[in-house]
Amino acid sequence: MKVLMSGNEAIARGAYEAGVRVCSAYPGTPSTEIFENLPQYKDVLYCEWAPNEKVATEVAYGAAIAGVRSLTAMKHVGLNVAADPMFTAGYNGVTGGFVIVTADDPSMHSSQNEQDNRRYAMAAKIALVEPSDSQECKDFMAEAYRISELFDTPVLFRTTTRVSHSKSLVELGERTEREPFPYKRNIPKNSCAPALAYAKRPKVEQRLEALAEYGCTSPLNRVEMGDGKIGVITASIAYEYAREVFPEGTSFLKLGLTYPLPMKLIRDFAARVETLYVIEELEGFMEEQIKAAGIPCIGKEKVSNMYELNPARLREMLFGVKPVTRKPEVEAVPRPPALCPGCPHRGFFYAVSRQKDVIITGDIGCYTLGSAPPLNAMDSCVCMGAGFSVGAGMAQAFRQMGKPRKIFGVVGDSTFFHSGMTGAVEILYNNADMIPVVLDNHITGMTGHQDNPGSGYNLQGEIAAAVKIEDVLRSFGFEKVLIVDPQDLSAMEGAIREAMNASQRCAIICRRPCLLIKRLKHDIGQCVVDPDKCIGCRKCLQVGCPALSLRGKKSHIDPTQCVGCTVCAQVCPMGAISRKEA
Amino acid sequence: MKKSVLFVGVGGQGAILAAKILINGVMSRGYDVKMSEVHGMSQRGGSVSTQVHFGDKVHAPVIGPGEADILVAFERMEAVRYAEYLKPDGVAVINDYAIESVSTASGQYQYPEGCVEAMEKLFDCRVLDAGAIALSLGSAKCMNVVLFGALTQVLGMEDVDWEEIIRQTVPAKFVDLNLRAYHAGREAALKTV
Repeated sequence: MKVLMSGNEAIARGAYEAGVRVCSAYPGTPSTEIFENLPQYKDVLYCEWAPNEKVATEVAYGAAIAGVRSLTAMKHVGLNVAADPMFTAGYNGVTGGFVIVTADDPSMHSSQNEQDNRRYAMAAKIALVEPSDSQECKDFMAEAYRISELFDTPVLFRTTTRVSHSKSLVELGERTEREPFPYKRNIPKNSCAPALAYAKRPKVEQRLEALAEYGCTSPLNRVEMGDGKIGVITASIAYEYAREVFPEGTSFLKLGLTYPLPMKLIRDFAARVETLYVIEELEGFMEEQIKAAGIPCIGKEKVSNMYELNPARLREMLFGVKPVTRKPEVEAVPRPPALCPGCPHRGFFYAVSRQKDVIITGDIGCYTLGSAPPLNAMDSCVCMGAGFSVGAGMAQAFRQMGKPRKIFGVVGDSTFFHSGMTGAVEILYNNADMIPVVLDNHITGMTGHQDNPGSGYNLQGEIAAAVKIEDVLRSFGFEKVLIVDPQDLSAMEGAIREAMNASQRCAIICRRPCLLIKRLKHDIGQCVVDPDKCIGCRKCLQVGCPALSLRGKKSHIDPTQCVGCTVCAQVCPMGAISRKEA
Repeated sequence: MKKSVLFVGVGGQGAILAAKILINGVMSRGYDVKMSEVHGMSQRGGSVSTQVHFGDKVHAPVIGPGEADILVAFERMEAVRYAEYLKPDGVAVINDYAIESVSTASGQYQYPEGCVEAMEKLFDCRVLDAGAIALSLGSAKCMNVVLFGALTQVLGMEDVDWEEIIRQTVPAKFVDLNLRAYHAGREAALKTV
């Protein structure tokens, strides 16, 4: 029987069926659900959330060196963090099969850039596998592990948002248990000392040649021959769109092992068709290599390298067929994501936005939404951990200019453990004039609530050691660590002032759990506006709560959204908002 | 045969359950099916969409402008936002129900007037107040299944036993409520023809 599965569920299932034993990852959209679906198999495999992608990749790679099949997974920008161990694993090889899943995000649905991680496989000179639907997500995992062990290479397994998050029908298989490779110390293989790396260098090239040869007969690559007029070389989700768009009779070379390219197979296919297209989402990764091999083809001169494709878009770009649409005369206004009603981050961002001339260097997480109107409380957002270190750099620049500014560097609890800790050390070591702030909501929020080293639980749902952020900061050398409930605005404002005036090295921890954490009991109530007291001054609207709006000239609180956090009540100058108990 | 249904609304309205009931129904008829949704930032009160495509063989899990056969809008401004995805001869099932956005609540933008009327000028529309219907049945939460009931009136798959599919898809303690919601939605969609 077939079951409906997302690509991510199918990858987890594929790892299980392939006999994988050790799995480590850090959450990131659109990859997160792969690991959320692994604990169901915990009787036969170990799975964990690691503090960041680099650690996760090293843990999984260590398991491969020890002789078992292992898995790591991350979003595309996570691979930037994990690139270091991946490149060296490419030289040293694996022993047990080692698969790195990278989930790219064309159109940046939940990401800061649109990088095409296929380039990483080429740069690291390792095998690249790309499925295009959920069945392939599962089936290709088994083949990826086979390739990894056969060619002694890490395999980069690349999906996109639409492959990871779309659901389609999957025929399940059984798990095949595998005998681990016996562990033996092997210094020339597993150490990357310069002389050893020098010696391994030619093997990396030989491996690529062997893989390109293998790709010509691999079950991951297949030809669907039509009448020979039009031929299309394609992979990943672009294959599904191309199948919808090209006319009947079109021949397809559908590639699943996309680096190194099986150039002999491609040359043979090209010779059997009159016109050759290469259809791929984002960069012209395959097309550039195919053109460099002297094979004429049509690709990026027609198909944009920006944003995700869909059938209508592809049809228009290839054949000039515009979609027939109707546009209503009324226009929808933006509905951007916002901090939830009762979000503990709101109090900090509101309080800090009241301070004159402060700079707030932000980071990646729910709290990135502190940059949205009406709070507008953020100067920069770059990548995980940059909330501290970018702030440190700005502090040094302002000091050089002789114009010091008050800088707050913001990271979340999960981000603190991910890469905020090194930034905190930088602030102390190089005496950066700034205040690090950890918004500790006890969970990795934006990716949909995963545990982290501070939350007290692990991926398998067991109680785990909870690393205390204040202990870490104090042990680094922060003399004053202010711990404050951000929902208490006067305490929050007091902490901000105290930190700004402190003569010692000072850090702030804003501590209140996310209201959406299911295992905690939350203090839920309901705020109401007294219309007789409300003067319509709109001060409450400045906290940016989705439950608040103006009805006529008076403030109104949507009872279906309000949870009674009272932040709006605390800013009302007339005392017109009060909380009634639910 | 291939059909595409686009569910749009605001994060948290339950469009995914409606999509799931539809999928289980078309799977019971042996069709191939694909579904797509976007996670992440969209969970935080933003505009969300879920697409279901079914037929003898489905390749693309997403569609572009002008490719949806049916648009099910859980909120009226979202109907307008996604209208261009509907085929000119497609059908729109619209919940005559408004949810403020932070951009309108803060006074930055005005929530637009005349969303439903603008849609009715261009498309075959089935308009119902699923929020009020759900409340009259005892729970605002079953609004999604009211809309699903309305969808079945325009879907043209009368050979599927939707009651049985709903029984299998929703939690046992909510079966009765959701069956009533389904029938109320079907009726409401008939009245609007």
